[in-house]
Amino acid sequence: MIQKLSHMCVYVLNQESAYDFYVNKLGFKVHTDAPMGPGNRWLTVTPPEQPELEITLFLVAEGPAFSKDAVAMMIKLIKSETFGAGVFECKDIYATYEELKSKGVEFKKVPTEEFYGVEALFKDDSGNWFSLGQKK
Amino acid sequence: MKTASYPKAYLYKRIVQAKLFIDNNYADKIDVDNISDEAFFSKFHFIRIFKKIYGKTPHQYLRYVRIEKAALLLQTQESIAEVCYAVGFESVSSFTSLFKRMIGLTPSVYLQQHQHKKMQIKIMPQKYVPGCFANKMVK
Repeated sequence: MIQKLSHMCVYVLNQESAYDFYVNKLGFKVHTDAPMGPGNRWLTVTPPEQPELEITLFLVAEGPAFSKDAVAMMIKLIKSETFGAGVFECKDIYATYEELKSKGVEFKKVPTEEFYGVEALFKDDSGNWFSLGQKK
Repeated sequence: MKTASYPKAYLYKRIVQAKLFIDNNYADKIDVDNISDEAFFSKFHFIRIFKKIYGKTPHQYLRYVRIEKAALLLQTQESIAEVCYAVGFESVSSFTSLFKRMIGLTPSVYLQQHQHKKMQIKIMPQKYVPGCFANKMVK
């Protein structure tokens, strides 16, 4: 029986700038930052109150994981904001929205009352978008 | 994209600014009166709203930020006293006991554990990477 999710992947275009976005803007914690050969590293971060879930900031680069064609395709898709990468929860969405906005995070949808709660959508520095929600 | 409009937006903006003030100035001497002045609130009104939003009083939040920053600094610096003063504490013993209460380890044990992990990552990074991914990262 599967018990829990330990790792998930967010495909990013630049690990340095992803580090800045997830750590300095979203306030996530670095779990592991391990060099994995030239130009690549195993970089995982965790949401502040969910230290057991490692979000891997996986670099889209030509190598064993991606062919040259796959890289070109992935870059195009990520930049065109194709991928919804996940849903984050917060206790107070208006305070979180104001803070992230003041740090330069770009929102696709401002906090909006929906039947399931209040929801906003924001993008990371690569183009992956996330839902940010506060349950009713 | 439309601009967000929600109840008490002005209030949220001021409280968030106060929170960011703590985030950016945690190493300095900060007292709650100064922060509430910055946010144009009476002290008690400010503390009440801050706690409602962040689950901590501004003073508790300041201590939390200082300890979190200390934990980060201990990953790159070895002197516990230097870290203690760098994040705004004035006494190593009160820093050590608060650190232990919040993190669950003394700063020196935390430092040792982190150095051990760092060394392990250097020697064998694959140990920290699930195999399926390690194979995709290293030829």
